[in-house]
Amino acid sequence: MIYEGSSTAIAIFIAFVSVVIGLSLFLGRKAKSAQGYYAAHGQIHWFVNGVAFAGDYLSAASFLGICGMIAFFGYDGFLYSIGYLAGWIVALFVVAEPIKRLGRFTFADALDSKFGSRGIKLSAAISTMVVSIFYLIPQMVGAGALVKPLLGFSHLQGVVLVGVVVIFIVATAGMVSTTWVQFIKGSLLVFFCAILTVLILNRGLSTTPTPENSAFIPFKTVPANHFEGRAGITILGDEGPWKGLPYLRLKNEKGVIEIWRKTGNTLTETQFVETETDADGKKKTWVNGLPQGRGEGQTDLRPVGNLSRLPGGKADTGPLGPAEFLSTLQQSEILLWGNDKLVDRRDGRAVEINVYFQKPTAGDKVLVPGASPTFAGLAQSDPLKKLDFLSLMLALFCGTASLPHILIRYYTVKDASAVRKSTVVGIASIGFFYVLTLFLGLGAMTGGTLDVTNSNMAAPLLAKGFGELPFAIISAIAFTTVLGTVSGLIMAASGAVAHDMLTNVFKLELSDHNKVRAGKLVAVIVGIVAMILGVVFEKMNVNFLVGWAFNVAASANLPSLIMLLFWKKTTKQGITTAIIVGMVSSLGWILLSGQTYKSVYGLDAAAAPFQLSQPAIFTIPLGFLTLVVVSLLTQKRRSPVTV
Amino acid sequence: MAQEHNDSPPAIDHSDRNKRTGLLLFVVYLALYGGFMAWNVISPASMATPVLLGMNLAIVYGFGLIIAALCLAIAYVILANRGQRDQAR
Repeated sequence: MIYEGSSTAIAIFIAFVSVVIGLSLFLGRKAKSAQGYYAAHGQIHWFVNGVAFAGDYLSAASFLGICGMIAFFGYDGFLYSIGYLAGWIVALFVVAEPIKRLGRFTFADALDSKFGSRGIKLSAAISTMVVSIFYLIPQMVGAGALVKPLLGFSHLQGVVLVGVVVIFIVATAGMVSTTWVQFIKGSLLVFFCAILTVLILNRGLSTTPTPENSAFIPFKTVPANHFEGRAGITILGDEGPWKGLPYLRLKNEKGVIEIWRKTGNTLTETQFVETETDADGKKKTWVNGLPQGRGEGQTDLRPVGNLSRLPGGKADTGPLGPAEFLSTLQQSEILLWGNDKLVDRRDGRAVEINVYFQKPTAGDKVLVPGASPTFAGLAQSDPLKKLDFLSLMLALFCGTASLPHILIRYYTVKDASAVRKSTVVGIASIGFFYVLTLFLGLGAMTGGTLDVTNSNMAAPLLAKGFGELPFAIISAIAFTTVLGTVSGLIMAASGAVAHDMLTNVFKLELSDHNKVRAGKLVAVIVGIVAMILGVVFEKMNVNFLVGWAFNVAASANLPSLIMLLFWKKTTKQGITTAIIVGMVSSLGWILLSGQTYKSVYGLDAAAAPFQLSQPAIFTIPLGFLTLVVVSLLTQKRRSPVTV
Repeated sequence: MAQEHNDSPPAIDHSDRNKRTGLLLFVVYLALYGGFMAWNVISPASMATPVLLGMNLAIVYGFGLIIAALCLAIAYVILANRGQRDQAR
């Protein structure tokens, strides 16, 4: 779908960036010492820190990815919301207070607080870098992918813009400005998503939605013999890749190709996109048989998303309460969209064809787990798929408490009481936001504004259905969502290199002032690396990388953190080995999994050594086992000390 | 920060009471979360059963997990702060 940049969105975004830059300059003087730069002097108010947790944690994947997944598949996207939030329980009840008590600036500080081991510091710093980089890539790629439709810039411009602004934020005032950026972003995100939810409930549900700024036209269904013998219509054969597929292809009176999907005794209109790369490497795209565009003789994809049936045969419900909205949807029939991908050959060149077709689906099937390809195994009896589901939910549960950019936020408040209170504020903000994601996603599913080719655009397009201003605000917030998370990630990476590696592993004697300078320099370098990766990985599915980050964080970091706190025989060798084994095994597994073979390398999934795509269910226990075995093998002959 | 260079961790100065409370509440939540996952794996069809205000089990349990996380977190803060005050006295 072709998007037009919104000048209001650009204006709001520039206003936000100006405020952030001004704030960073103002706060810069507070970050002269290492304590100020890395931990904001531990003087951030617990409430501000709590909302900043939300700003740090609710990344583009949370906001755009989850809303998009719910809009396309229903409840399955909400499973991510549940898993992401549940992870905060591990953070609060198990690791928050000890991390605060034991550490100073970084997660490695806490792990190594009782050992003084270079091995622990180095392995923890590497693990922090790996997790942060894996998390950074999808944020930067997301920034580039968003900026084009939302603000009208190119991918490269988007990545550079985010990179430059974030480097400025982090390099001027470190954790102080990062905290305030995350606070502003977290507040705006939750507040405006709540407003959008109220608008959705007030609109209610309809079989013929009438969004603003978009002409929703229902797709036609005709009898199977509708086109037989009609003048000017040429029925095309089902040769080549079309053989055996449930489609009727025809040339209409204007000579334009149409594709209809056969279902029983009816034919339903589809949308299709053909993409061809010519000899010069230039890509040409046709939509529904015409060149894609807005000019004469061109066309674009139509927005989709509506109900085919409401309970009681109504066409419109009017305003609904939250429970009423969900129960009505359960009793309705929803038009979801499926996709068939095939390759045809024309004049010796390959043409990729994506056919998008309606799938009338009962509401009670949409509001239970198992409708998406990710969780399809739940409804089947395939034990491997069920194990994959359990493994992903375990990674989400354990990953949050192991993410270095989240853990460093425990050093920005003054004491354990502030840690507890700020985590509760974080859980309240994040939990409330995740409840809203269900309504936002379902609102997008039924609002007549969806782009069948791009689930990430579900939330901004939903907002556009309510007017230009909501669209501009949500677009600007979506973009600034990236700023907040990237700032936190660069801070974590900066601390890992400048504080853990330079100062503690390589034992460079740095003055307090030089520690800050080193941190800022590393932030600039990491920012530049992030920009490069954001461009290099432009075409990669970003959801994989977020999953990788959670799996690696949970497998590498959590066993060491837990065992240090709860097992008195833990040794420095045990911790170091567990981090390395957890990191390497989870990373290696993901890189050699069937899903990565298929979606990243474009190879046959069956040829992959691991068919399970989520390794956490094996690699987290492996991390624990490694730590226990190595610790037992490296015990010194003396009385153990109580932890 | 003072550091001791040996192979086993010496005593960590933290509140045993908070640790116990945290672990207890963690186990409660783990049971709720694990129950949800197990239910989905064992009997996915039952998730469609309407249970409250016309909403099905999947939605009610999902919202319940989010609300339970917040309630347990608040309970932990209250208990930990009370323990801290008692200790101060």
